[in-house]
Amino acid sequence: MSLDTPADPHPVHASPLPEGMAAPEFTLPSGPNEQIRLADLRGHPVILLFYPADWSPVCGDEVALFNEVLPELQRHGAELVGISVDGVWCHKAFAEARNLRFPLLSDFEPKGAVSRSFHAYRERDGFSERALFLLDGEGVIRWSHLSPVDVNPGADGVLSALESLASTQPEAEQPEAVPTGATP
Amino acid sequence: MTSRLTPLAGPDDHIQGPRDAPVTLVEYGDYECPYCGMAHPIVKAVQRRLGDQLRFVFRHFPLTAMHPHAEPAAEMAEAAGVHGKFWAMHDILYTHQNALEDEDLISYAAHLGVDPRWAASELQHHAYAERVRAHFLSGVRSGVNGTPTFFINGVRHDGPWDEPSLLKALMSAAHATARR
Repeated sequence: MSLDTPADPHPVHASPLPEGMAAPEFTLPSGPNEQIRLADLRGHPVILLFYPADWSPVCGDEVALFNEVLPELQRHGAELVGISVDGVWCHKAFAEARNLRFPLLSDFEPKGAVSRSFHAYRERDGFSERALFLLDGEGVIRWSHLSPVDVNPGADGVLSALESLASTQPEAEQPEAVPTGATP
Repeated sequence: MTSRLTPLAGPDDHIQGPRDAPVTLVEYGDYECPYCGMAHPIVKAVQRRLGDQLRFVFRHFPLTAMHPHAEPAAEMAEAAGVHGKFWAMHDILYTHQNALEDEDLISYAAHLGVDPRWAASELQHHAYAERVRAHFLSGVRSGVNGTPTFFINGVRHDGPWDEPSLLKALMSAAHATARR
């Protein structure tokens, strides 16, 4: 092992779950008295936006951007949900402060379990990766992307993937020429 | 990964400076964003420094849920643009970021010699909302993730944009163009 370089404080993690795999099933709270079951979103493309923390500056930019892009996502029939390990009351305050128009799910207890199941959890930091997944109407991952934790990935990648998905509907048997989920 | 501007600056854009300038600076901005407000005098300063070497283009990127006045302000800038007053309105908006209520916007239009009743009606009917949205979406597709975002000769400028840094980046782009 080389000792030339100091330990990277943000080690490169394994890729998130890749396209072609069925998304792991989950049920998470979307508020103090509500839950969202992934299975209930079948029939629509679903975008899962994993992010490290409510209130952090980059996250604020990312959720604000996706909030503004939401009408374009909805034009493709897609549902958008945000996921982090923050609790429901924290999410509620954050969503109200930013006027968010999409639900935030709490991967709070057992902490990070859903993020882990998507290979989108930072064990050393104890929070979710900044990762995006596009699922098709059958719940199969069609595109995924992992960003460096301090880089806002923007919405261009997921919009392109969504357009590509739409162009292969309704019979999308053949693999698509969508970008891989490799880190940039 | 380098983010590139699509579409590049063209005849439909709001442009200051010569069309054949060696450097084009495109800003995606939000009239209620405090950082864009900070960038406004910096852009002015680099324009003064570079003169005919620089072409400047502004496109709208309002984050409407965070900045409720950003969308009407952008629409009013477009309305003023119909009368050739886009840049005059642009400067007023960025120097009056704490007064962007509809009545403020209409009074700025009147100040610029635009009929305030016409301006109010255009605002009420969101006559320019589609154009503002087109700017926003071109930004999203070009890798604009927040404001302000700058592109220098079509390439996203990810470095700092204080005056010396921005000037240096623009001059380096000018030299690169000259060498080609």
